[in-house]
Amino acid sequence: MTLDLILRIGTKLVLPFILLFALYVQFHGDYGPGGGFQAGVISAGMVILVSITFGLETALRIAPRSLVERMIPLGVLIYAGTGVVGQLMGRNFLDYSIYSSDPAQGHAIGIFLVEAGVLVTVASTMTALFYAFVERGR
Amino acid sequence: MVLLTMLAVVTVAILRQRSLFGVVVLSGIYSFLMASVLIVLDAVDVAMTEASVGTGVSTVILLATLHLIKTTEMRPVRRHALALAVAAATGAVLVWGTLLLPPFGTADAVIHSHVAARYIADTVRETKVPNVVTAVLADYRGYDTLGETAVIFTAGIGVMLLLRGTQRRGNGNQEKTQL
Repeated sequence: MTLDLILRIGTKLVLPFILLFALYVQFHGDYGPGGGFQAGVISAGMVILVSITFGLETALRIAPRSLVERMIPLGVLIYAGTGVVGQLMGRNFLDYSIYSSDPAQGHAIGIFLVEAGVLVTVASTMTALFYAFVERGR
Repeated sequence: MVLLTMLAVVTVAILRQRSLFGVVVLSGIYSFLMASVLIVLDAVDVAMTEASVGTGVSTVILLATLHLIKTTEMRPVRRHALALAVAAATGAVLVWGTLLLPPFGTADAVIHSHVAARYIADTVRETKVPNVVTAVLADYRGYDTLGETAVIFTAGIGVMLLLRGTQRRGNGNQEKTQL
């Protein structure tokens, strides 16, 4: 694929900052705006940007389809699993108090785990949708 | 007010546009304006979602869809006077409904007097998470967010099955004709 030099260099320059911002939105979601959903969409946007600039093959090398498609159910499992662990410990479904001796700290950990599940599902679903549409267009 | 006027202008432009490419770009602009409106209303989390999903990902996916289909909207077969009347009546009812809403930012509105006060008072003590929005989303309303994640999961699987399924059948037919 022959593409504009400015586009390619510009994308390369911007990519690490997009990734950093996605991670910031994910892990700073407890303190500022953002959370799993927004971070997931931003990281999916990163893969889409790579795909637009460098071609689908490069994007598939970074995020292979098999990995992306496994991540879709994995995120839901992380979320539901966080709840089921609470059940196994004799509490209610999605009761996060068990994750630490201090219930409030346990809730913070539970929220972190749940947000990670949302991130995994949203990022992979958006990427998989993009792949599906682009593949179809070929 | 300026933002709402721009929203209205973009909506009219979308309606008058017959090239679907233009419509997609204009809907991206619409989403971005909507995100700005949400920031003005102090709903930063929602604004972030609107900007990334509405302006970013959905514009790209709609453009990818345009690649698959014809890019000009077809002329309507006939005028729908009844549909116009129903749409106008529904719009009038909705506007009439907003007249009874309490003014924006009223502290004693019904929506603020139920559980919101408790969330604001107790979130930091109960969850050690300063962002109340995150705490409500992932903890107090954890069931709803689990359902939401499951909806995204289901939607993704559904779209993938639809797009892939027909492709495989197409290949199957090709193989048959080759035989």
